[in-house]
Parts: sequence; structure tokens; C-alpha cells
Amino acid sequence: MTKTSKPILKPLLTPRLTGRRQVLKGAAASLALGAVSMPLMGRYAQTQSAEPIKIGFQVHRTGIGAAYGRWYDRTTMAAVDKINSEGGINGRPIEIIAEDDGTDPKRGAEVVEKFATQHNADLAFGTLFSHVVYGSAPRAGELKIPYFVVSEGHHVASGALNRYTLQPGITDVKSQVQAMAPFVADNLGKKVTMVYPDFAFGHDHRDYFSAAIEAQGGKVIEKIAIPPTETSFTKYFPKIPRDTEVIYHVMVGPAVLTFVKEMGEFFGSSRPEIFGFIDSLEATDLSSPGLEFLEGTYFWEGNPRYAQANQSEYDKAYRAAVGVDANGASVSDTKDVSTYAHMFGCWETLHIVKAGMEASGYSGTGDRAKLIEAVEAMTDMPHSHAHPQGAKRFNGKTHQTFGHQYITRVNNSRLDLVHTTSIEDTLYPDEVDYTKQSF
Amino acid sequence: MELAPYLILGSIEGLVTAAVLALMAVGLSLVFGVMRVVNVAHGEFFMLGAVLAWFVADMIGGHPAISFIAALFIAPMLVGSLAIVADTTILKRINYDPERTIVATIGLLYIIQQVTLMTYGSNARPVEPPFNQRISIPWFEWTESGLSMYWPWGLGTTTYKLAVIGFAIILLLAIWLLMTRTRIGLIMRATQLDRDVAQAYGINVDRVYAMVFGLGAGLAALAAVLIVPIQQAHYLMGHDPLLLSFIVVIIGGLGSLAGTVVAAVLIGLSDGLISVFFTPTLAKIIATLIVTFVLIFRPSGLLGKHRP
Repeated sequence: MTKTSKPILKPLLTPRLTGRRQVLKGAAASLALGAVSMPLMGRYAQTQSAEPIKIGFQVHRTGIGAAYGRWYDRTTMAAVDKINSEGGINGRPIEIIAEDDGTDPKRGAEVVEKFATQHNADLAFGTLFSHVVYGSAPRAGELKIPYFVVSEGHHVASGALNRYTLQPGITDVKSQVQAMAPFVADNLGKKVTMVYPDFAFGHDHRDYFSAAIEAQGGKVIEKIAIPPTETSFTKYFPKIPRDTEVIYHVMVGPAVLTFVKEMGEFFGSSRPEIFGFIDSLEATDLSSPGLEFLEGTYFWEGNPRYAQANQSEYDKAYRAAVGVDANGASVSDTKDVSTYAHMFGCWETLHIVKAGMEASGYSGTGDRAKLIEAVEAMTDMPHSHAHPQGAKRFNGKTHQTFGHQYITRVNNSRLDLVHTTSIEDTLYPDEVDYTKQSF
Repeated sequence: MELAPYLILGSIEGLVTAAVLALMAVGLSLVFGVMRVVNVAHGEFFMLGAVLAWFVADMIGGHPAISFIAALFIAPMLVGSLAIVADTTILKRINYDPERTIVATIGLLYIIQQVTLMTYGSNARPVEPPFNQRISIPWFEWTESGLSMYWPWGLGTTTYKLAVIGFAIILLLAIWLLMTRTRIGLIMRATQLDRDVAQAYGINVDRVYAMVFGLGAGLAALAAVLIVPIQQAHYLMGHDPLLLSFIVVIIGGLGSLAGTVVAAVLIGLSDGLISVFFTPTLAKIIATLIVTFVLIFRPSGLLGKHRP
């Protein structure tokens, strides 16, 4: 390789001016880079051999939802292994086609499109973060591919989406929050300060909890919204009013541990009552240093992370199948804590897909509408191996399921069940009737 | 909510941001000042510092202080060495051409980010601070018995955050001494002033460039090791600090170390205070507006030297 020396004229050019422009260019370039997300780790469909049912799995492998994605993946694979070993769906095995959505709405819509047009998948399934669901659902409706989400956002039941989008395997924020308010008002206090992420999911918490606590004679005295990409939180805490009796917190993203730790550092030993959604600590070890102050605080859990005294045989079998120990961590790595409060939704949704396909005699993509109608016809689902989290009641009109919610208390760095709500606690009037929409 | 303790908390938070930002931006400014290279991968060197700190802490184990001090030395060294390799194998080969170095460092950014994702994974992982006591922030109030001190409800910071501020000040002083009082600093400044004349006087410019690039990356890594016990190591953590560093370097004046530090404190404090009193988004809006005004009214930056 020949080496050329720098042109001698270079220093004569005005370095100051070119310099500033250069830096600006660099700054602009780095800005632009932030907007670009790279498609990663695509897994491609294999040639059709045994005519499997192809389920497109939209998964948060990267981005802020990655911890959820990892466990959604493990749960999905465990459910597929179980269903396939029991004979598959109508005798056909399930094949999962996983694609990373980068926890990004734009990429999410592309992934759905890829399932429909490139992989010719029977349906799309999976994702958690509500902004990705919002970004992807319209595309699923246009492409007429059933889209089974495991997101717990209220967007499905609110009527904002379409007939092709269903949420049969996990309850929504509105019902969860509504069921928590009586417990909070009766046991913890009536003056509540809410801390929540500043996007659709957090706004659901804000709106529905405010209404629900007022119905209980309580009041939300301050609402603190935090951008989901925030990495430092102390600066938000001074906004918590002094007469706060209960802090209601829910946070998501890679910085959740920092959030909870800084909350402890802020309050020290003089904390008010604290009620949190376990989202703030999903995939995070409860015995991490700095979390000692959580002792005696309460959490909502979709499904109790720690095996409880009254553990059902269904939870035992489900836990073992996914590879989760009695403390909610991976059996192969005790530091790898699961997203136990949410991931059961993948397991249950796949079982509902199986039931729906078998009820409708599903034979191929031409029967997609029949599949949706079969799921819409479902109502009560008993506590069983297909529904290890508990019994469910599906509402075919709103495409949303309802179920039991769990409240646990931190005792000696583990979460012990103190209250289980009834399904009736979580019901609210229908806001939409999707069955009136045409296919 | 009392105004004054609020102000103290906002200032401490702001100074922590400023401390980390100053170290990182000084690295960026140094590389630009001496080499005229706009290093878009600077944020990834920062991220790599945090990730390596986690690896070191995880491997050594034991008391958090021991593993943290080890990380404080090992992570910047490794990142600096990587930067030196990048300089000699990439930047030198394209003759430090301004446009091509931007593109090359963008490539470097993606390579580092994706390799981290493939090896370290997408998790955010914590490193334990060497020490971390909570300090309540006191304030004064008039009571019937006169002026008395009290501790407002739930207003606290930690010893580690204060230590980060102190440590950053020491490091910045050390860099200033290095640049102004040592032979290496003299050589760097000579190269900055005129590369060809420096070469004519027998300075090995290639070596100086490699060293400066390594030093710049090492500073970013050092900043990250300091912040990682407060935040957590995550493969996407480099982007925001990179943008803020660019803002700081432009406001402070290109290649001016003092200006960079002043701008970092300005941006950090305004970020802390505006975030506490209003919203963090407003803080970002104002920082960007300051850049615009500085570019219009003082194009060379607050303390940038008006070179002939």
C-alpha cells in the first residue's frame, strides 16, 4: 500500500471555518443515525414440508423492550413445543417465524407486512409495547392478517384498532388499574401521586387510575410523566407533593432499576406508602442492592413471580415448561429474572389460537375470517394447563380478555400474595363492537 | 415543595451531568482540536467504557470498591487501545480526510454498537458503586425559636454522586496540566497548531495522532465508568451523550478545553434546573437554542480563540 502525504496546501485553508462546519456535519450525521434502526437477526421461513401452521412472531429482540422480548420468546417456544408434542393444531405442527421489531412502531409495521406478504404466515402474534401495537395494527388490518397482541394496552378494547387485532391472552391496563383502586384506597391511602412513562401505556394508567381512585373517594394529587428513554430520575421526584399518602409508580425500559433505586435514595427511611406495577421491576432482581427500601411496599402482578403457597398445578407445569424457578428466574441462570407478570400471555394466546383454529376447521389463509369469528365466539376459559395464570372471560365484541389480578407485598426480598381480585372487579362497559365491522 | 432545597437538588443533579459531559466533551474536543477529526463514534467509546466496566466488575467480584477501581483503570485502557488500533488501521489510511473520517467513524459506531449487542446483549446491567450513602439535603426555616435547620420530606442525594463531581474536577485539572505543563502536551499543541511544521521539527505526527485519539476515547470511557454505578450499562446509551457533547463542544469553542468545561457546566446545570422546575424536554430545547445563538453571534464559541 502506498502512502500519500497530506497535501501541503491543507493548512493554508481556513481551519476555523471548515472546522465548525465539520463539527456541525458530524452532529447532523449523529442525529440522523438516531432515527435509523437497523433490521437485525431476521429468521427466514424454511421450505414448506409438513404444511405447518405458520405464526409470525413479532418480538422485541432489541430496543427498550428487549428484556420482555427475550422472555416472550422463551414462553412462546415452550408453548409451541407443548402444543406440537400434543399433536399440533388440527394435526399440523406450529412453525414460529420470529422477526425483531426493534421495539419500534415503524419497524413493527414492516414486520407485520413481511409476515403477510413474504412469509405468507397464517397470523401475526406477539408484541408487547403499546406504541408498536399502535404502529402495526393498521397495517395488519389493511393486509387482512389476524394480529394477536400480548400487550396489555387498552388500545384494543378502546375501539382504536380494527377487527383483525385481538388481545385474548392478557388483560388490559384499564381493567387492571380499575381493580387496584379499591385496594389502594382501603389499605394504603387516598391521596395518590402517580409516576408513569410518557406514552400511550402510561397515559392509560394516568387516565384510568385517576377515574378509578376518585370513584373510591380518593384523589390523584400529582401526575408525573417521565419520557420512556430517560436514564436519570432524581430530578423528577421533588415534584411529589408532601401530603402524598401513596406513590403509584409504573415504569418501563432499560433504566427501571435506576428509577426504583433513585426513588429509594430520594426518600430514605421516610417514604410514603408505595404501590407499583411490577413493570417497574420486570426482569430485575428484587434483591439488587439499593432496593431494600421496597420492603413492605405493594405490587400489582399479572402473574405472581414467586411461586406462592397456594401454587396451582397449572402454574407448576407452566413454570417448568418455560424454565423458570420458584423465584421467577431462569433455571439455568438465577440472575436472569423473567418478565413473569406478562409473558404468560404468549402461552395463553397460542392456546387460544389453537382452540380457535380447531373450532373453525381452519385450513389455510383463506379461513382467516373464520378464525377471528371463532375466537370472537369464545367466552369463559377455565383455569387450566392452557390458562395457567387463572380463569379468563373473553369479550368477543371488544376483542379483549378479562381475568384475575394479583397484589403482592415485598417480604424479605420476595413477593408474597396478599390479594386476588375477582374477574368482576375488572369489568367495564363495552366501548366498541368490532363484530359489526366487516372483514 | 420548597424552592431552595429543590434548587440544591437540581444543581447537584445538573453538576453530575456536567461532570460526565465535561470529561466526554473534552475528549471529543481534543480529538477535533489536534486531529481535525469529527469522531461520530465517540458515544460508542463511552458506551464501551460502561459495558467493559460491567465485565470487569463481574469478573473480579469481591468488594464493589475493588472491582470498581479495577474497572476505572482497565476499561479506559482497553477502549483507548481500541481507538489507537482504529486510528492506525482506518483513519490514517484515509489521510484524515474530513468527509471520509465522518463516514468512517459512523461505520465504527455501528460496528461497535452491533458487536456489543451480539456479545453483551440488549440488557441494561448495573455496576455496584464503591460506596453509596444517602445524604438528606437540609434546609433552614423560621420557627418560633428562630432559625433552625430541618430536613425536608424525602429530599436526598448520595455520596457517590458528590464523589463523581469531585473526581471529574480532579481529572479535568489533570488534563489541563497535561496539556499545558508537560512535554507531551507541548507536542500535542504543536501538532494542533501546524502539523507540517511539527513534523519538520521531528515530531512523530502519526504517533501523536494515535495517542490523541486513544486519549479522547479513554476519556469518554472514563466518564462512562463514573456514571455506570448511577445509570446502567446498555448498548444504546452512547447516543444522547454524543449529541450533548457536540452541543457542548460547539458552544464552548472548538479545541478550547476551558470553553468545553464552561459549556458542559452551563448545559449540565441548565438541564438539571430546568428539568426539576419545568420539563426535561424544555431543557433540551433550550440547549439547542443556545447552540443556534452561539453560532449566530459568536461563531467560534464562548471561549474559542479567534485564529488568524
